[in-house]
Amino acid sequence: MTEAGMTEAGMTEAGVTAGGEPLLRLTGIVKTFPGVRALDGVELEVLAGEVHCLLGQNGAGKSTLIKVLAGVHRPDSGSLLWHGEEVSFSGPQAATKAGIATIYQELDLVDDLTVAENIFLGHEQAAAGFVRRGRMRAEATAVLRRLGHGDIPVNRKVGRLPAAAKQIVSMGRALSHDAQLLVMDEPSAVLAHDEVANLFRVIRELTSRGIAVVYISHRLEEIREIGDRVTVLKDGRTSAVNLPARTTRTDDLVTRMTGRSIEYVFPERAGRPEGESAERTDANPSPALLEVVGLTRPGEFADVSLSVRAGEIVGIAGLVGSGRSELLETIYGARKPHSGEVRLDGRRLAPGRVSSAVRAGLGLAPEERKSQALILEDRIYRNVTLATFARYASAGFTRAAAERAAAAEIADRLALHPRAVGRPVKTLSGGNQQKVVLGRWLLDPSTSTPSQAGRSGKSTGTRLLLLDEPTRGVDVGARADLYRVIRRMAENGMGVLMVSSEVPEVLGLADRVIVMREGRVVREAPAGELDEETVLDLVMAGSLLEVDSP
Amino acid sequence: MTERVKVVTAPADGSPDKGSPADRSATASPARPDSGFSVRGWFRDDASEPVRRNLGLIAVLLVLYGIGAWSRPDIFLHADRLWSNELTVLTLASSIGVVAIGMTFVIISGGIDLSVGALLALASVWCTTLSTQSYGAATMIFVALVVGTVAGLTNGFLIAYGRMAPFIATLAAMVAARGLAQKISGKTTQVVSVKGITDIAQRKFLGLPWLVIIFAVVAVLAWVLLNRTTFGRRSAAIGGNGEAARLAGISVRRTQVIIYALSGLCCGIAALMVTAQANSGSSDHGNLYELQAIAAVIIGGTALAGGRGTIVGSVLGVLVFSQITNLFIVNNLAIEYQLIAQGVIIVAAVLIQQFRVGSLLRRPT
Repeated sequence: MTEAGMTEAGMTEAGVTAGGEPLLRLTGIVKTFPGVRALDGVELEVLAGEVHCLLGQNGAGKSTLIKVLAGVHRPDSGSLLWHGEEVSFSGPQAATKAGIATIYQELDLVDDLTVAENIFLGHEQAAAGFVRRGRMRAEATAVLRRLGHGDIPVNRKVGRLPAAAKQIVSMGRALSHDAQLLVMDEPSAVLAHDEVANLFRVIRELTSRGIAVVYISHRLEEIREIGDRVTVLKDGRTSAVNLPARTTRTDDLVTRMTGRSIEYVFPERAGRPEGESAERTDANPSPALLEVVGLTRPGEFADVSLSVRAGEIVGIAGLVGSGRSELLETIYGARKPHSGEVRLDGRRLAPGRVSSAVRAGLGLAPEERKSQALILEDRIYRNVTLATFARYASAGFTRAAAERAAAAEIADRLALHPRAVGRPVKTLSGGNQQKVVLGRWLLDPSTSTPSQAGRSGKSTGTRLLLLDEPTRGVDVGARADLYRVIRRMAENGMGVLMVSSEVPEVLGLADRVIVMREGRVVREAPAGELDEETVLDLVMAGSLLEVDSP
Repeated sequence: MTERVKVVTAPADGSPDKGSPADRSATASPARPDSGFSVRGWFRDDASEPVRRNLGLIAVLLVLYGIGAWSRPDIFLHADRLWSNELTVLTLASSIGVVAIGMTFVIISGGIDLSVGALLALASVWCTTLSTQSYGAATMIFVALVVGTVAGLTNGFLIAYGRMAPFIATLAAMVAARGLAQKISGKTTQVVSVKGITDIAQRKFLGLPWLVIIFAVVAVLAWVLLNRTTFGRRSAAIGGNGEAARLAGISVRRTQVIIYALSGLCCGIAALMVTAQANSGSSDHGNLYELQAIAAVIIGGTALAGGRGTIVGSVLGVLVFSQITNLFIVNNLAIEYQLIAQGVIIVAAVLIQQFRVGSLLRRPT
């Protein structure tokens, strides 16, 4: 295996510019999780003193690769050469000890400890079991000074520092471990423009002393500015290695990230072939079901206006941090908007009130299925009816039989597997758990309790469904299933507003696409008028317009 | 590995108590003959887990009876003496049992109520002041229930709308309510001279003491409330996953307020029972009830993290505790041994539940 991997890597040698033994070389790394092949033969070569950029769409395997480097995951096969020697990290400590430090996107700092304590967390300077606070403070100051930030007070609690300073503290921790390789996962995502410039100064300072940096970012202009070489990941494979960061054309990079080989099987648009949806909407403007006007939450999103018609799927494309999940939750009433309003059928929804949104006919399938949507220990049918059990009840008494019957019918419609609705939901696979969440909003209690339907005179079912990353953590086969379910919901007259980081998913499923970047809507168009590269480019900060020439 | 086995053998129709036994025997264990499979299949299903836990507690009770029969055969092996001894045990268990039932709702919802003992004392002294007693038994009962409920409501509002941690809010209430009880009573015992109240502890109905009947009625009502009403469903949902409940449109805060008010109401009921038993109201009533109630609920299999628990388990937990106390009393053993035994029982019960005594029953042989 190793031999074969080495020869494969040999062909990449042509792209190597600098000479000498690489600091790190990965060959043929494979890592599978149940149902997913997250890494499928990844190559990576990092030289001492370079900034090596990792590029790839969400789900391409970047996070898994980082975790392999950090010693969190052990690869199933493939070799990891560190200083030319084959190594296998038994855990994160082993990787740190070897000299690989990882700075995750959500910084793993302890807010209630001071800067100095955070820098030396896990390897406190101690004598006979007593922490040598003075020495730790002095060394922390020295480390921060090396990063050009002697101004950060080492006695301050980290929780009170701004995001940029926290990042520096994280890097300080890496330096205190004598790291030779620093892996940074989207370090600029939380930073403002001038802070990014400062971060780059620090990175250059590190590389000038021979420390290598693996830099992950979605912003192409950053990669051009700070990067030396680029490796592109696509569907768990390396689609290009060691491209020169400054001279490779943008469209070349984007092409290598797109055109995914993973099959996205989208259901046919019933009686609505590609492109026709646009005409239809122009010719026959049915009234909007959902209207969002000027919705703003400072720091998350600003002045967002959009509308969704009955039977229409509107997709929001955007990176993590573009404000899309926050927008969905605000529409749903789980967050209170600073300004702007949400109307369903022309009636204004009470801001920040989930229960009234649900009563009005909104449903949400949240981003974090396990922590936000399901009671894992509880039975399937009770999870399906979590939002509606009160409407099945009569005079405050729940009717388990009616709930079971309704959930069983949903299970049949969604081809839930297994169909036994009395089982705990935790025993289901990710895709089937997501079906349970979707099924929750398919229930229409009015049809099973005639007395109530007669009283209210209209359907009490969900009319607008908000989907946040509906296929996250769902394996490829189950995705097609979910797409069919979502499409069928829309065909039955439900409006759907969905968010996804996977551009092909948005384009394949939605009738209309809204692109968000940094909390604002930057483009809105029928799905037929957009292609993957255009959207990806809009999502990643309009780089085609700015740096097209090599 | 065990997960896999469970998946394969669980009945496919989702109604473990009803499905066809023939199907199940085929999936459960083809090697064995047909007899008794519906019971076995049901035992292996997750649905039976609370029942398995409760059977474990019943087994513990049986062991305690066995110890009784061995140490005091003169009581435990004579039907009529055993009956009167067990009535004593049940009476002993009744007031703490009512408090533990309220506590069950609180813990299932993911909270904790440290103030129950103090609320009991407060309700007890408030309903036994001379001026209250002058209005008669009905007013005293009304005052005790209202004081308990209002104090519980205060807890609920502080927790739900003041966003205080339940531990902190009820800790404050525990201290303050005990102090208020001492202030009202002037730290003296308030003797009850109203016959309607003292009758609660002295009269019997159909051969059962009223205290036991109250405990049983509260337990039955609580069982219905937890298992058959939307309120019970909400309580379990917010304890199981508060964020999921909120995003499903459940009003988490309103439910929390009602839960703590319910716990307070149970304290009010228990206050009347204790007052009747002691023939007096006192700010010392309900001392350490919070710890005993929490211990009983935990022994009963309710998860301290919330989401899962049963009323039957809590009742059995209280009975186990009372039976141990009774064994020590009938054997004339010192109280310190009793406390040690109670501590051991708490640890043993939780350990046994963690290692799933029921898995022995489920394992295919």
